Amino acid sequence: MNVNVSTGKPRLTTSAMIASIAEAGQRTKAAPFGHALCKVAEERADIVGMTADLSKYTDLHIFAQAHPERFFQMGMAEQLLMGAAGGMAKEGFVPFATTYAVFASRRAYDFIHQVIAEEHLDVKIACALPGLTTGYGPSHQATEDIAIMRGIPGMTIVDPCDAHEIEQIVPAIAAHKGPVYMRLLRGQVPLVLDEYDYVFELGKAKLIRDGRDVLIVSSGLMTMRALEVAKAMAGGDADVAVLHVPTIKPLDERTIVREASRGGRLVVVAENHTVVGGLGEAVAGALLRAGQAPKFRQVALPDAFLAAGALPTLHDRYGISTTAMVASLKAWLA
Amino acid sequence: MDRRPLPIGRGDNLLRDLSVHADNIRRYALRMGEVQGQGYIGQALGIADVLAVAYCHALKLRPSEPEWEGRDRFLLSHGHYGIAFYAALIEAGIIPEKELETYGCDGSRLPMSGMASYTPGMEISGGSLGQGLVIAVGMALGLRQKNNPAFVYNSMSDGELDEGSTWEAAMSAAHHGLSNLIALVDVNRQQADGTSVNILGFEPLHEKFAAFGWFVQRVDGNDLSAVLAAFDAAREHAEPRPRVIIFDTKMGKGVPFLEEREKNHFIRVDADEWQKAIAVLDAKGAVQ
Repeated sequence: MNVNVSTGKPRLTTSAMIASIAEAGQRTKAAPFGHALCKVAEERADIVGMTADLSKYTDLHIFAQAHPERFFQMGMAEQLLMGAAGGMAKEGFVPFATTYAVFASRRAYDFIHQVIAEEHLDVKIACALPGLTTGYGPSHQATEDIAIMRGIPGMTIVDPCDAHEIEQIVPAIAAHKGPVYMRLLRGQVPLVLDEYDYVFELGKAKLIRDGRDVLIVSSGLMTMRALEVAKAMAGGDADVAVLHVPTIKPLDERTIVREASRGGRLVVVAENHTVVGGLGEAVAGALLRAGQAPKFRQVALPDAFLAAGALPTLHDRYGISTTAMVASLKAWLA
Repeated sequence: MDRRPLPIGRGDNLLRDLSVHADNIRRYALRMGEVQGQGYIGQALGIADVLAVAYCHALKLRPSEPEWEGRDRFLLSHGHYGIAFYAALIEAGIIPEKELETYGCDGSRLPMSGMASYTPGMEISGGSLGQGLVIAVGMALGLRQKNNPAFVYNSMSDGELDEGSTWEAAMSAAHHGLSNLIALVDVNRQQADGTSVNILGFEPLHEKFAAFGWFVQRVDGNDLSAVLAAFDAAREHAEPRPRVIIFDTKMGKGVPFLEEREKNHFIRVDADEWQKAIAVLDAKGAVQ
């Protein structure tokens, strides 16, 4: 363990390329995306894997080892990656194209928009380091990736919570016709939702647990946090329900509006994403269009260029750690 | 018959017939330009010879079945060349001549910038320049993966050489040894803001592509025999390398008063000049 010499305490480090969001002692599964893709590929000859020099850091190397003849290394060239994935789809293949979320959403946007989405091609874009999952600073923190992708007509966006969900999402999006943007958790990925008998359905929000006082609407790793918050507050602070929304587009507005308008609960949307243009604003819009205006709060990253540093520190600072969320909820409920 | 869809001649007559096809493409383009009163007619006239060789000689295609799996793929990266491309599709019998009257109009299958979902035989939605060649790399990889011997042609403008993605693709095509990929670069030396060499210099282009690992040919794009030979050589070249043909073309080619006009991204054409230009081509055809 890396120890601070002067204090003798463990030093929090900026884990970046090898980042795992799992906390010490948490149950995890290794490379669920890579293994799930291999499984789909065994049944479907049209699945191919493509990457921009990041197979090892998106768990695609598992697929590359199992199916070398269906793996295409495109080099550190994200515009090429997306354009060529589109070309491959036009020839009848279903490419899973991987890179970091910042490079797909920012650098290759026009290629995703024009080559892939405008023709509704069957390309699955799977991106590691979504939102704030690295301490590298803004060059690697894709805090606005969902906002960017939501603007593309016909783009399906999924934000899985854990390994259990990733295993189910991969075959589901492979079966779905059309472009998909998937936020990827890689490496040792937490296992959480298996305890709740959770079943992923594309386009469906699922109530993971019910509660009388607060409804947390969340996606991705924030659902894991929401469940921790619910447990932490169950002692008498508040009874917290968690509605997991793994498909951000198209949004399951019906379920969200139904749950948010039930029982006069405080509605908190929690997302690993900037407050601008993500799940929070999508939910707010859906509620207003449905004539519902519950008490509404957002747990989200600020509209700012975030700091570099250790991930736990940053999650605390920007309010998306379990501790920070509990504090926010208590203040809102007071 | 999959190659040479049109009843064109052989041997001695091939060049003469291609010349007729090229001028037919010019006429169709001029008629479309007249519909809108504007258009990229300078570029269309300049690239007509290349398109005639492509669509009336080199490409494997079935006019009645534009999505036939065995077809050679022809990508129009420079979507604004739609006016020229539609003219070639008409000449190849893929879309009916009558449809040119709808060019750029509401509900037309012939939008001013080419899009895949609008037009039979249009492989991609081009226009966001610098995208054709990266798509071509993916299609060429895909064709090779499924053992389909078809070629992918990517037609692009010299302005697209400014785009970084073009060179990502150039490096990748060589890296993957894509011998089924043929890039066609129309060097007319004119971009939106002026003469290409003053916008972002791309010469020496032959050497650049060669250094990237391509089999390179550079020919006068308005010399039909040179264009024909270059297409044949690109297809038949034995090395496992991508191929590029750089065509130096003259905007307005075939209509002397447009060839001499001041060069712009949009060449000025007065309302009465569309028919005058067609008459020039007709007169040339009568002499032949």
